[in-house]
Parts: sequence; C-alpha cells; structure tokens
Amino acid sequence: MNNDKVITADQLTKRFGDFTAVDAISFDVHKGEIFGFLGANGAGKTTAMRMLSGLSLPTSGKATVAGFDVYRQNEKIKQNIGYMSQKFSLYEDLTVKENIRFYAGIYGKSDKFIKEKTVFILKHLHLESETNKLVRSLPLGWKQKLAFSVAIFHEPQIVFLDEPTGGVDPVTRREFWNMIYEAAESGITVFVTTHYMDEAEYCSRISIMVDGRIDALDTPQQLKKTFNAASMDEVFLKLARKATRGE
Amino acid sequence: MRTLRFLLQKEFRQIFREPSILRVIFVMPIIQLLVLPWAADYEVKDIKLSVVDHDHSDYSRQLVSKITASAYFQLQDYTGSYQTALHEVEKDKADLILEIPASFEKQLIKEDKATLFMAVNAINGVKANLGGAYLRNIVQDYNSQVRTEWIQFPRFSPETNIEITSSNWFNPLMNYKYFMVPGILVILVTMVGSFLAALNIVKEKEIGTIEQINVTPVKKYQFILGKLIPFWVLGLIVLSIGMLIARVAYGIVPAGSLFAIYVFAAIYLLAVLGLGLLVSTFTGTQQQAMLISFFMMMVFILLGGLYTSIDSMPQWAQLITKINPVSYFIDVMRMVVLKGSSLGDIRNHLLIMFGFAVFFNGWAVISYHKRN
Repeated sequence: MNNDKVITADQLTKRFGDFTAVDAISFDVHKGEIFGFLGANGAGKTTAMRMLSGLSLPTSGKATVAGFDVYRQNEKIKQNIGYMSQKFSLYEDLTVKENIRFYAGIYGKSDKFIKEKTVFILKHLHLESETNKLVRSLPLGWKQKLAFSVAIFHEPQIVFLDEPTGGVDPVTRREFWNMIYEAAESGITVFVTTHYMDEAEYCSRISIMVDGRIDALDTPQQLKKTFNAASMDEVFLKLARKATRGE
Repeated sequence: MRTLRFLLQKEFRQIFREPSILRVIFVMPIIQLLVLPWAADYEVKDIKLSVVDHDHSDYSRQLVSKITASAYFQLQDYTGSYQTALHEVEKDKADLILEIPASFEKQLIKEDKATLFMAVNAINGVKANLGGAYLRNIVQDYNSQVRTEWIQFPRFSPETNIEITSSNWFNPLMNYKYFMVPGILVILVTMVGSFLAALNIVKEKEIGTIEQINVTPVKKYQFILGKLIPFWVLGLIVLSIGMLIARVAYGIVPAGSLFAIYVFAAIYLLAVLGLGLLVSTFTGTQQQAMLISFFMMMVFILLGGLYTSIDSMPQWAQLITKINPVSYFIDVMRMVVLKGSSLGDIRNHLLIMFGFAVFFNGWAVISYHKRN
C-alpha cells in the first residue's frame, strides 16, 4: 500500500434493503489533502462518510482508513480520525472547557497534554473569556469552530467534516476555512462535505456524487476545464441535473 | 479505567446541572413518600348506609344505632321504602341498603329467628365486599347480644358457640403503612434506576452526541458502565432517603438487617438498569422510551403485589409476577422490614435477581451496536 494514501475506497457499497445508498464508489485520498465531497441532498455523501469513520458497516467493497481495514479494524480507525457530524454534537450542558476535557480524555490524552492544549486552543479561538460558560450560550459560528477544534484536539491523521458550515454566516465561514487550512498544513487530512460551491473551490480535489455514484473526481481547475464551465457552481449543476433520485 | 473516569465525571456533571432531573430524583420521592401512604389506604371507612325500616320497633332501632355507632358506617338516610333507598344507590349517595322487614321484632320473639335483607352497591368492589362483611359482623354481634338478654340463667348454652380471637403476627396493629411505604419506595427506586437511565441514553441519541461517542475509541462496556454506575448510585441514594423518611415520618424501622436490604437493592438496581438499557437500545426518541416505560410500569405495579396480593391472583397472573423484578423487591422489603428476615432468608430472591441482572444486561450489551 502506498503510504501517501490515507483513505482508499474500492467498489465501496452500502445498501439499505432495495435501496443502494452508496453504489460502488472508488477513490483515494492523499495525506494532507483537503478532499471535497460534493453531491445533492440524498446523493449518499453522509452514508459514505459514516462507512469510512466506522459508524456504518459497508455492504460490499473494500476500504482502508489510516491503513486500517473498515471491516475488521474499525476501532483502530477511530483512534486515528476526528469526526464532526451534521448535528452539533458537543454537550450543550457542559462548559467549553469541560467539553474539550471530556473528548480529549476519552481519546486517552494525558492531563498535561489536555491542560496545555486547551489553553492554546482557547486562545487561538479567542474563547478565553468563555472558558467556563456553557456551550449552550455560544453563538452557532463559535460552536462550530469549537466543535472542529474538539474534533482535531487529539491530533488525528484524518478529520471527517459533514457539512460543517451549514447555517453559518459568511465571515465565520471564512474563518472556519482558515482553520481547515491550518489543520491541513499541520498534516491532518481533511475530508469535507459541503453545499457551498465557493468552499469547493478551496479544496485540493473534489468528488461529486450523483445518485450514490462518484461522477467526477479531480481538482477544481481540471473539473471546470473538463466540463467547460466558468465556476464550480456550473460544474455541479451540470452533474446534479442528471440525478434521478429525489430528496 | 481512565476513560471510564471521564465518562462518569461528565455524567455526574450533567445530572447535577439539570434542575429537572434533580427534582425527579430527590424532591419527588420525598413528596410521594410523605403523601401517598396516607391516600393509598386499604381500610374502608365512612360507608354510606341507607336503612329501610318497615318495622319501626325497639329492636330495629337498637340494631340501627348499633351499626351507626361503629366508625365504619354513616347513616345516609332512614326511610320506609326500598325504592327510595335504591334511588339513593343509583345516585351514588349510598353504598349499602339494609332492609328490616315489617315483622322483624315479632318474628324474632315468636319464632326465634328473623331475616334481614342487605343490598350492596358493587361498583366499588373493595368497598362493597368489606362493607358487607362489616355489616354481617355487627348483625351477628347484635344477634348474640339479643340471645344473652333472653337466656338469663342458662344451665347449658342452648347452642355451642365458637369464638375466634386472632393475633396479627409481624404487624400487630395491622398498620397498612408498614407494607405500603416499603412498597412505594420500591417503585420509586425502580423508576429512578431504569427509566431515568433509559431516557438519558435516548436523549443522547436524539441530540446526536451518542454518534460522536461512537466514533471515538470508547469501548462498548465503558460507555454502558458510564451510564449504569451514575444511576446505580442515584438509586441507592433514593433508597437511603426513602428509608430515612420511613423511619422519621412513619416510625418504620426494619426488623431485619438494613444490610440485607442494601445487598438486595444493589443487585436489583443492576437488573432494572439493564432493563432500562434494553429499552434505550430499542427506542430512538424520548417519547418512545417514555411510552414503553409507562406501560411496563403499569404491569410492574399491578402485578407486583403492592396493591393486590399475589397469592390471590389466577395462576397465569402469578406466573407473570415471577418475571416481574418489582415483585421480588417488594417481597424482600416486606420480609426484611416486617418479618426481620436476614440475608440467608432472601437467598433465593438474591439468586433470581442476579439472574435477571445478567439476562437484561447481557441482552442490552448484545443489542447495543457502535455501528450499524
């Protein structure tokens, strides 16, 4: 196996009864990449991501994440990934500090590591004054930035982000993407789904899912060239129009 | 172990931060234990009696005044027509009708016997049964009184008379609170143990944090222990508060060892927590979990021996009580609190409860999946 590839998927499929949510998708993701995972609602993005992060058992096909097999070594995968779901998943009734401490703790990080990194992160997020406030009281944008910081707190190899910027204002979105860049620069591979086409332009490579299959996979520049489009928006519309699946 | 410590820390923080949970755990048991035992009363008092007196004799009046002298009966009305009395029953103003025939006194003197008629409003079965029995007792008593008046100097008693005197073992004054209070306490501990735990887990499913936990390396047993232990501790706290209230407010001091109660409660809580876990794995929302819990609680209470005696249930219902953990705890509570049973006497109960604990938790662990 090529050490550069942190995610490999080969004919990966998930069926729910008669319905094929993910239909034999194959792709590789390289270390340090920001891999954009695009597709209309119901195209199968979340299901694919859940299979890779060990939350959902594939029906068939092969996949490895961080060098571990998704069927047999899913618990080993979990030590090496971070995950931020569509639903906000920090505890609203715990404080900022308590949330960080809890998630870092269950990843087995030492008290010293947690203490030092918490100070660093809160400073970085300009959340020092909110340290002991309940997460419930934070605005959505801050919550999302905090959730991302918590997802990469234990320094995983890969972080999966499922529509991390949904409902967030443009300024915060911009800040959020700065954080993604920083993470990628520090060597964390980012696997991100999004509906915002301007965000797609920031990605190293993009795959576009239509009806459970990957219809296109390339850099944003190359995709625009291939589809003879001026923007990613146009590329997406050209592909998504073919979709037969409803929402 | 370290992971478990983080899970427990988080769980206790959340519990003690949520005022509604605290109220459910601490305030409700106290109020229920202080209020319910006074209302959940087996004794029937103030039975409303309607007397239809066709005789209007000395004897009939004597009988009626004897009946109304007891605390159980209240004379609702005193009429000469059965129809009027029945009308009172229809309006739910009377529970019992006693009809004294016209020739009551005459027959009693001349023929040495007389008949009385009693009609019972059986809509409230318990009241009707007990009321009828009380009235029969009083009439019998009156009967022997009349007899002693007539037979002044009997050389031999004309009729043999067997009189029964009884003594109530283990609860000499037949104070129903002695078995009601421990019973209610069992129900409260059960609710805290199983259903709060179930709701807690399902809540994490609803808000999506359980998925976040599932992508971490937290092991299944760690997560489950992290949920079991806090509610196990809370259950024992509720039990302790309840025992304290039983002692202070009702003067109930266990005749047996407190230790035996705690040993049993510790295993019992494991069993009902397992049941709670099981509910949480088969439900997706708090409403579903609530509904299932509610129906299970109904069965637990009605087939648990708290309000009705298990021995008098039909065979099939008795079988159901055998798979009802609550019935064992109520039994143990009564054995230890009233009879003074020791750990050795409740050995079988302990073993069965241990079986329940293994069964429910085993099933819950098998059906809880970190991935689907």
